[in-house]
This record gives sequence, C-alpha cells and structure tokens, in this order.
Amino acid sequence: MIPLRFVANRVLGMIIVLFLVCLFTFVIFFVLSPDPAVQICGKNCTPEAIDQIRANLGIDQPFWTQFGTFLAGLFAGRTYGTGPNAIDCAAPCLGYSFQSSQAVTDMIVQRLPVSATVAVGAAVLWLLAGVAGGLLSAVKEGRFADRFIAGLTLTGMSIPNYVLALSLQFLLVVTLGWLPFPQAVAFSDDPFQWFQNFLMPWIVLAIGMAAVYTRLTRANVIETLQENYVRTARAKGLSPGLVWRRHALRPALTPIVTIFGMDFAGLLGGALITETVFGLNGIGKMAADSITKNDQPVIMGVTLLAAFLVVIGNMVVDLLYTAIDPRVRVGSSA
Amino acid sequence: MTISDTLLRVRMLTVGFPNIHGPNEVVKSLDFDVARGGALGIVGESGSGKSMTSLAVMGLLPKGAKRTGSIEFDGTELTALPERAMRSVRGDRIAMIFQDPLSSLNPYYTVGTQIMEAYRSHRTGVTRRQARNVAIEAMERVHISDAARRVDHYPHQFSGGMRQRVMIAMTLSMEPELIIADEPTTALDVTVQAQILDLLAEIRADTGAGLILITHDLAVVSEVTDHIVVMRDGDLVEQGPAERIFTDPQEPYTRMLLDAVPRIDDEIGLLRTVSTEEGR
Repeated sequence: MIPLRFVANRVLGMIIVLFLVCLFTFVIFFVLSPDPAVQICGKNCTPEAIDQIRANLGIDQPFWTQFGTFLAGLFAGRTYGTGPNAIDCAAPCLGYSFQSSQAVTDMIVQRLPVSATVAVGAAVLWLLAGVAGGLLSAVKEGRFADRFIAGLTLTGMSIPNYVLALSLQFLLVVTLGWLPFPQAVAFSDDPFQWFQNFLMPWIVLAIGMAAVYTRLTRANVIETLQENYVRTARAKGLSPGLVWRRHALRPALTPIVTIFGMDFAGLLGGALITETVFGLNGIGKMAADSITKNDQPVIMGVTLLAAFLVVIGNMVVDLLYTAIDPRVRVGSSA
Repeated sequence: MTISDTLLRVRMLTVGFPNIHGPNEVVKSLDFDVARGGALGIVGESGSGKSMTSLAVMGLLPKGAKRTGSIEFDGTELTALPERAMRSVRGDRIAMIFQDPLSSLNPYYTVGTQIMEAYRSHRTGVTRRQARNVAIEAMERVHISDAARRVDHYPHQFSGGMRQRVMIAMTLSMEPELIIADEPTTALDVTVQAQILDLLAEIRADTGAGLILITHDLAVVSEVTDHIVVMRDGDLVEQGPAERIFTDPQEPYTRMLLDAVPRIDDEIGLLRTVSTEEGR
C-alpha cells in the first residue's frame, strides 16, 4: 500500500517543479528570442503592421502579463488577436505556430504516436538486451564473454546515433536489401511494413542505451553478490538458483527501474536525431524543423513537453519504488 | 575423546590464496575439536585467520581460496562432500551467525520470509503456514516480543540487537547441531552484547548444540566457551580449556591478549596494547 501523504507530497513537489520549468523556459524565450513579429511581417513591412502583429501575439505586454496569459492558456485556452481574424487556441494551449498556422498542442498530439512508438519499441529492446547482457557479463565476470560484452558496450556507447543510423540504413536497405526503403504506412494498413519501418530506429536508439544498461546491470549484480546478505543466503544452504533469483537479482535490478523511468520519459518527448535521419514525423523531427525555421512557440512547446514527461516519469518511478523497496515504504519503527 | 563425543574434528586445515608470489596462507595447519554440546572460542586479532577458518568449515570460502586438510563433522568428511551434499549440511546441521546483522539480512524481505526460506528449502513438504509458525516460534525463543506481528517486519524496522536475535532465530529454526558465530556481538552496544551472549548460552543449554564463537574479544569468550583456541597470523598459538587459558596462559602472546583486556579493578592508567613484534 502506498501511503497517501507520500503521494500528496510528491504531487505537490511535481507541481512546483513544473511551474518553475514553465517560468524558466518562458524567461529564456522571452529574453533571448528575436522579435517574432518582424519575422511574421516579412519583407514589405511597416512599423504599424509590426505593432499590429505584436498586439495580436500579445508580446507588446510586460513579461508577467505575458506569462500570466501563457499559464491561463494552459488551463483555459486563449485567443490570439481580436475580431474576425482572431485565432482560438484551446486548452491546454502551448502556443500557436503562425508559420504552420496550427496550435502547438495539436501539432504535438499529431506526432506523439510516432514518437511513442519509437520510444516503446526501443525501450523494450534496450531493456531486454541491456539486462540480459549485464547478467551474462556478471556471471562470466573476468572471462571471455565478459570481456567481449565489455568491448561491445564500449563500441555501442562510442558510435554517434547519426553515424549508426546512416550506416545501418545503407547496409540493410541499400547494400543487403533486407529491409524495404521506408515509406509511411499506418499499422492498420500493413503491419509488416510498419514493423520494418520502425525496426531501424528502434535498433539505433536501443544500441547506445543497451550498452549503458549492460554496464549498469553488470556492476549492480557484481556488487550485490558481495553483499553480506548473499553470504547469509548461501550459509543457509539455499540453492545457487534461489540465491541468485531472490537475493541477488532483486536488489541489483531495482536501481535500473529508476534510470529506466527517466530515460523512457525523456525519449517519449522525441528522438531528435533518429527521427530526423529516418524521416519519421515525430516530435523530435518537429523540434529539429522548428529550430531551423526558428518557430519559437513550437520549440517552447516541445521543451515544456519534454520537461513535463521527465517530471512525470520521475514521479512514477518514485511511486514504483515504494512498491519495490520496503525501506521506502515502511519507516523504521525501532 | 572418542569419535562419538567429537562433533567437529579439524586437522591440518590450511587455507591459502595462491598467487604468483606463493601459496599466501591465511590459515596454517590448524587442529582443533569441538565436542558434542561443547563451546569452542577462537580468539585472535583481525587478520589472524579466524573468520577464514569458519568459512572453510562452512565451505563458503571466497573465490580463489584453496582449502586443504580434514574437516570431519559427525563422522562425515566435509572436504570430500560434493557441493549439493554440502548444501544440505549448510544451514541445516551447521548454521552460522555473522558480525553485522543489518547487512547480513536482505533489506528487501521480511525477517519472517528470511527465517522461513531456510526451513522450506531444507524440509520438503512444508506449507507456508507451518514454516511461518516455525519462524514465529524461533523468534519467540530468542525473546523477540510480539513475534506473531514482527515476523512480517523488515530488517530496518529492528534495532541492532533485535536484528542479531533475528539472525539467531534463523539458525535456531533449523535446530542445527553446530552453530558458528563469527563476531556476533562486535557491531552491537555493550549492554546488548551481554544480552546476545546470554542468549547464545541459553540456546546452547536448551538445544545441546555445539558452538564455535569467533571473536577478538577475550571477555566475550570467557563468558560462553569452555575451550579456547588462540590464533595469530593463521597459526595456532595455544589451545586448551578456557579456565586454564585465563588462569595460566602458556604463551607470551596469549598473556599479552589477556593483558590488553581492560579490567574493572585495574588502576587507572594507559590501556595496554598488543605490540606487533613482542611475544613472537
């Protein structure tokens, strides 16, 4: 059972962090950004036209007013401009992209499924490969298999994603022809082609992460095997299998949950490089495109989304921990 | 002593960690006996090889250790036993209590689970409920009050002394013939130390189990054991009945160890230490 006070505390903390993230992000874009009105106005521009656009955007207001409007927009939605040309942005309004003539929230919602698919598939791969590799490495500590895996993880961590993505594409699609050239297909239309499309992004994202998880798992398991309670378990005459399963694996794998929650949440917010290289229309590619176009509302929306996901992921992990680790769940009564 | 009187008979026990520099022996040709129901104290400074001796008996030496010599337990040569057979001795017939009860208990499981798992893996056809009752009973025997409730608590919810009681309950539940206690009181407060020693003495009287008590503290062995082995740097320095070791130590090293024990009737002065070279 998860204590209610614990949850309440965590939620309160989360709200504070999210507020600060909003404020911080807003400050950055408020202070650093070039005037979007000038951009929107284009070449044949008059000062009056710029003023008009600024009023429509609401950026003629002082900082705190703008921030207030932004926060209000998150919860109640907002309207840009007045009269017949007014643009409605429904809650939760993360801003409006005048370049795409679309609300940022809508843009994100459209692309979230792609990014989520990429993230979930990669996460399954790297978790399986990482934990399995780490366990094997720990069992064979110092032997050939361990060293071989250590070499693999080093390679995996060293190769930049874009190199891996491009080489894999060249090898599997162009040279060997094992995979078709990626085409956008919905899962419902052709599940097999859909799967083939996502296979490479999954592998590319998973390799670097799997390397990290392998090392982590190996280190945790080897460290746990040194614990006194493992010696106690052996002294009790338990079988090696039981000693491993019950006394070594659970303590060793618990920290993995923490890291996994954060990594996965971060990835849900889009994989910038991988999505761009494979032409997947996800949040990461949208962010990359917005940066080149200097479409500020989108960049800010994506930043906030990423922060939000990480904070949520963190909280989920904290709550999970209460279920996994009794030391967190029940306080000391001694 | 005839065979039937001797519970554990150790002869020429040598433990080494061989490396390129040589055999690197930490226990050298050790001989000792534990009588049925007897209590043996193994005394020495840290690094004297006393813990390695106990791990050698349990067959739990760390990787890379080499064990030679004979360890005969109730007529069975333990060094010749295959691992599977040794496992059925370990925990069931020879049980061990370790120094630091907090780190020796797994933080992820209730003490009840940890007491039960030994019982369930050694006794076939035991239901959960039966094992649980055994755990509660064992906890009651080590005087943990409210055992029926505390059986579901986690190690971190117990105090240091109570945790060591849990460890003892864990060994007790199996009704072993030999209990090896490796520095069982070192990590505990002085007042709690006395309670744990009393408990060990009580259990020995109750169950007739043999006891090997390993410690650096002569005051500890004097209370509980009837026979003492003094070790230094892996060598046996002296052994004999506890009474004689305390009243008439034959070796200068033993005398030094005895002198290093602060006594309540001593005049106030500097604590005596055991010097490294003296008495060699």
